[in-house]
Amino acid sequence: MVEFRYRTDEVTEQPSVTLDAFLDQSNATAVRLEPDDDARALIPFLDRLTLIEVAFPKYRDGRGYSSARILREAGYTGELRAQGDVLVDQIAFMRRCGFDSFAPEASLNPEAVARALSTYDQFYQKAADAAVPVWKLRHG
Amino acid sequence: MYKYDHFDQSIVDARVAEFRDQVNRRIAGEITEDQFKPLRLMNGLYLQLHAYMLRVAIPYGTLDSRQMRMLAHIARKYDRDYGHFTTRQNIQYNWIKLEECADLLEELATVEMHAIQTSGNCIRNISSDQYAGAAADEVADPRPWAELLRQWSTFHPEFSYLPRKFKIAVIASPEDRAAMRLHDIGLELVRQNGELGARVFVGGGMGRTPMIAPEINPFVKADDLLSYIEACLRVYNRYGRRDNIYKARIKILVHEIGADEYRRQVAEEFAHVKTLGIDPPLAELERISAFFAPPAFDAADVEPDRSDPDFAVWLDQNVKPHKQAGYAIVNISLKPIGGIPGDATSAQIDVMADLAEQYGFDELRVTHAQNIVLPHVAKRDLHAVWQALREAELADANLDLISDIIACPGLDYCSLANARSIPVAQKIATRFADMDRQRDLGELKLKISGCINACGHHHAGHIGILGVDRKGVENYQLTFGGSGAEDVSIGKIIGPGFDEDGVVDAVEKATEVYKTLREGDERFIDTYRRVGLEPFKEAIYG
Repeated sequence: MVEFRYRTDEVTEQPSVTLDAFLDQSNATAVRLEPDDDARALIPFLDRLTLIEVAFPKYRDGRGYSSARILREAGYTGELRAQGDVLVDQIAFMRRCGFDSFAPEASLNPEAVARALSTYDQFYQKAADAAVPVWKLRHG
Repeated sequence: MYKYDHFDQSIVDARVAEFRDQVNRRIAGEITEDQFKPLRLMNGLYLQLHAYMLRVAIPYGTLDSRQMRMLAHIARKYDRDYGHFTTRQNIQYNWIKLEECADLLEELATVEMHAIQTSGNCIRNISSDQYAGAAADEVADPRPWAELLRQWSTFHPEFSYLPRKFKIAVIASPEDRAAMRLHDIGLELVRQNGELGARVFVGGGMGRTPMIAPEINPFVKADDLLSYIEACLRVYNRYGRRDNIYKARIKILVHEIGADEYRRQVAEEFAHVKTLGIDPPLAELERISAFFAPPAFDAADVEPDRSDPDFAVWLDQNVKPHKQAGYAIVNISLKPIGGIPGDATSAQIDVMADLAEQYGFDELRVTHAQNIVLPHVAKRDLHAVWQALREAELADANLDLISDIIACPGLDYCSLANARSIPVAQKIATRFADMDRQRDLGELKLKISGCINACGHHHAGHIGILGVDRKGVENYQLTFGGSGAEDVSIGKIIGPGFDEDGVVDAVEKATEVYKTLREGDERFIDTYRRVGLEPFKEAIYG
């Protein structure tokens, strides 16, 4: 279940299909990526997708972070959802990688999430979010 | 030395607040130990055999006297009056209380220090050459590049849940004092047509499958560096193995797909990443470099008075040439005979801080061999420095000799260890306590690990010792022929293992074979490489 969503558009009602199913057919507008799926396979179809769900079966498996960035770097603007073993202390990193909705398996405390997202106000790297990296603030 | 601006400080301060919150949630029982584990590990806090161990980062091994004194203060206030300097140029405290941890980090933050990413499957502290800025053979100071990488890697959102930990070393000399090619990524700064860039090596490491990193790119320009490294990491994050913790380091990926295929994938990723504008302008590297400008050297080039023989021995063994006439590099051995390699008391840490302030332009370095360096000491002050060190029992003249042993904490502290390392190091050092004998043996790098994870760098030892558990009994395997220097090589197991006393005897026999067979000024490892294992094996097992 989507517990946190940082977008204002309508939630996609269509259930997401697997990458293989999507590539085999289809006119689906929602797709689900497993950790070992190649996010780049979706690049030709990004403009007709409204939801990409990235699975985190274990929080330790960080492949989904790269999947998210690759999709955002390719210009995807639809909903990018992290689903699965998503913990409060990962949400800030996930936001920076371009995720804008979260469906954690174990429910998270909204206050703790808000706190995690406001802990840092400076960032060293340019990533997939709007944050301006420290080096740019230093040099304009 | 790099100084934080308000951006750097705000990030470290935020980290302290965040960690305090995490610890409070743990103490209140809101999160389980299982949930707390990844959080504390990302902040260098390990649960060891007897207590929590905290690893504090010393970026590229460089610190000033104020920071060094803080390390002493922490040892005194939060630990048992000592700290342990590690092979990754960090310091570890072995007896930390969870409830005090956030206070400790808050104190560290007041001197621009932290424990960020000193553990966990993320990019760890960037290591470098302890002689940076002082070595005559460097093409540039590697530390600005290391600082650039420190900032880029700190809380990197994409690379905080890598398949496994990730270690980067940066050097800038043909002589490798940082075991650069035994890192996940090793960078060697080089000049090409006057322009500074980095040779990039990827996929080295020790552990249970030691590998020497192959060169992946002969020259990456300064303003492409972060894009290129980002590409290296992204390929690893996506394709590194996650099915088996022992095969998850990048060395296994590079080995399995081959250096050529890895290079091709990185080049393809780099072509894309380079379009994203993630590289800071060169002005940022220049801003950082300004902090590492050479100090105001002004001492006359006078040779020290060598009439005290003990002082002369120390000069010959522990003092190295400096690029600036009139100056020298002082190595402070943390390997007293019978002591614990890398340990220093609060009082000793304070003495080293005082010496840095008074005689060393306020700079200290930690070495991967677990010693301390005063990089810039005027030759006229060497005698005074030596006297002060001797007072503090820090004047052992054994740099790079057989008693200058690298040893992991082993089964005395570590929850992963199979065998004790410290007592073996103590016994070997004691066996060879006679300084004339040690000096006669010359450079002999002996390294001891208490388990196959190889934190004690045994693969890179001219003589390596690996402690294993054999049916409940500690057993020690010997390897010969390793090196972490520019002549990098992986040691080979010589035969069946030994018990604790047996391995000390075997080491002694090996040194006798070397003395008989050496030619000219060959080091132990040169003789071993020339004659091979047989004569050693015969003497040890025959």
